[in-house]
Amino acid sequence: MQNAFGQPQSVLVLGGTSDIALAVVAKLAADRTKTVVLAGRNEERLAAAAATLKAAGATTVELVAMEASDPSSAAATVDAGIAAAGGSVDLVLIAVGLLGEQSTTEDDPSATIELFDVNLTWPAAALAALRTRLIAQGSGHVAVFSSVAGVRVRRANFSYGSTKAGLDAFTIGFADSVRSSGIKVQVIRPGFVHTKMTEGMKEIPFTTTAEVAADNIVKGLGSSAEVIWTPPILKAVFLVLRHLPAFAWRRMPG
Amino acid sequence: MSSPRELLTGWGNTAPSLAVVERPRSDSEVTSALQHDRVIARGLGRSYGDPAQCAGGTVVSNRGLWHLSPIDPDTGLITAGAGVSLDELLAVSIPAGFFVPVTPGTRQVTIGGAIAADIHGKNHHVEGSFMNHVTRLRLATPSGDLEVTPESDPALFWGTAGAMGLTGIVTEATIRLLPIETSWVSVDTERFENLDGVMDAMATGDHRYRYSVAWVDCMTSGPRLGRGVLTRGEHATADMLQGKAARSPLAPPGGTLLTVPITPPSGLLNRLSMSAFNEAWFRRAPKKADGELHSIGAFFHPLDGVAWWNRLHGHRGFLQYQFAVDDAHGDVVRRAIEVLSSERVPSFLAVLKRFGPGNPGPLSFPLEGWTLALDVPIGPPQLPSVLDRLDEMVAEAGGRLYLAKDSRLSPEMFATMYPRASELDAVRHRVDPDGILSSDLTRRIGLTPPA
Repeated sequence: MQNAFGQPQSVLVLGGTSDIALAVVAKLAADRTKTVVLAGRNEERLAAAAATLKAAGATTVELVAMEASDPSSAAATVDAGIAAAGGSVDLVLIAVGLLGEQSTTEDDPSATIELFDVNLTWPAAALAALRTRLIAQGSGHVAVFSSVAGVRVRRANFSYGSTKAGLDAFTIGFADSVRSSGIKVQVIRPGFVHTKMTEGMKEIPFTTTAEVAADNIVKGLGSSAEVIWTPPILKAVFLVLRHLPAFAWRRMPG
Repeated sequence: MSSPRELLTGWGNTAPSLAVVERPRSDSEVTSALQHDRVIARGLGRSYGDPAQCAGGTVVSNRGLWHLSPIDPDTGLITAGAGVSLDELLAVSIPAGFFVPVTPGTRQVTIGGAIAADIHGKNHHVEGSFMNHVTRLRLATPSGDLEVTPESDPALFWGTAGAMGLTGIVTEATIRLLPIETSWVSVDTERFENLDGVMDAMATGDHRYRYSVAWVDCMTSGPRLGRGVLTRGEHATADMLQGKAARSPLAPPGGTLLTVPITPPSGLLNRLSMSAFNEAWFRRAPKKADGELHSIGAFFHPLDGVAWWNRLHGHRGFLQYQFAVDDAHGDVVRRAIEVLSSERVPSFLAVLKRFGPGNPGPLSFPLEGWTLALDVPIGPPQLPSVLDRLDEMVAEAGGRLYLAKDSRLSPEMFATMYPRASELDAVRHRVDPDGILSSDLTRRIGLTPPA
């Protein structure tokens, strides 16, 4: 059960090898989180993550297989994850995602389909599956990883950005639909973070590490904010960027 | 989902959860309400945290279990339905010359809740907690309805004390009331510039009074750390009254004067406004005054004058931290106030009290020594870890937290603070073999399985 500070005792991570999500759960494990379920594809990475989380304070770490490129499997993964957590779960982190390579994806219909399946359709299907389950368990908290790339889609990564824009919008509507049931849903919008996903890419302003992002996210999870920005200054930055004229926006570097 | 569900919180407005709410009006309706997978009783929802919530299950309101017997004039015994509030009981008993044996800081609690939390009041140091004055109760359990007295089934009777509903749903109780001549209290007030003065006066003089409580300021530091106002009193006798009061010596307590109609934004109660309040409270108290007459409402239930005052803490809600330590560890009171003050935790005046010996209940909170309770708004980022530190100090000193106030204790800390909790296992196995009785609290602190 969550306590008065919203600190969860059990966490399910969908996309359980995400660097940022794991850094978040490691911090939660130092507080009240003792049960963690990681759903992911790469068994080796999952096993390593489990060891890290146990060292951070989790007493039970369960692993569940998932295949994000097959959205029809999302409901079964959610069910398996909740069962592995013991039948109910306090916090669900949805951290599924591919970055993709813009230059190849934009000319490749099947790569585009895969990107949308993994980044948007699978998570949306998982949220739809979670909706009735969380309402039935009578309490719960969901946080969905979006991205600042979805706030205003850029030429440089419009395929990835638009999957996040779709998920971001879906999540905000979803949040409103379960608000009166006491289920808390938050959108997380990280800026550029140094992780395995962004390895080798050029840094842009306001770049952070997974560690710093996790600090901001844990703080945000304990708040009533609908959107968690990391670093928090990006909220103000995008208030401006959102309204740049299109000709200027097209020339944004990166 | 057949019945509509309600979103419930405790008095602190934190960690809401959805449950079906049943409102039985008879014992047989209570029995059918127990035919669910997961059930807990609820009274007036004055516990601060989550003990009267049951996420995804069924919450049974006791408010429909309302009946009162006449008071036996010789023994002071009265039998009341579990849903009768102390406010409603006092409205009947005071004009008849009887007071409740134990009252907390609010009259808005039910008899069932008073038993479930084994509540204490300003007289614990001489008269113990609520269950010490209960002679008999009726308990609806998944194994059937039981008539329980301390003699007939001591394990179940004392197991119910402070067990927050884990042994069943109290439907009725017989309580021994206290005869009084007037509805006034003769009060001695003394103001102290620091905590040592307050604690000295209490340790050496409380035994002379039936009622004693000190309000201490947890936002001061240095030589004024824990300055406080000590009020101690005794029911006034008829010969102490003059004028209008003498003509109606047994006037019942008044109702509420004000209502907080909406929840303002969090942050209204902050360090600045709270320390200003504390300052005003301290300055208002006389340096020393003896034998002032206070009404029962003013002395025992100062906050009942403002309905829904909990809303003032805003949408984020608040919590109360209350611990008890024995006399050998009275220094924990000082150290706790030092931590709260140096970590800049905003809090209203804290309540400091002496406890007398505890009763046999394995989950009953009071233990002989000291108890400190303070309200804190949710919000300061350092608060979760500061309170975790206090937990460790309290546990190390063999002390514990009050479950009726708790909203954040971990299972590990609960097990350390209540080492006798396992004594309840045999009783629970007898009355609830399938383990259907559970609340958000019992799941959170590991008294029942988490899922």
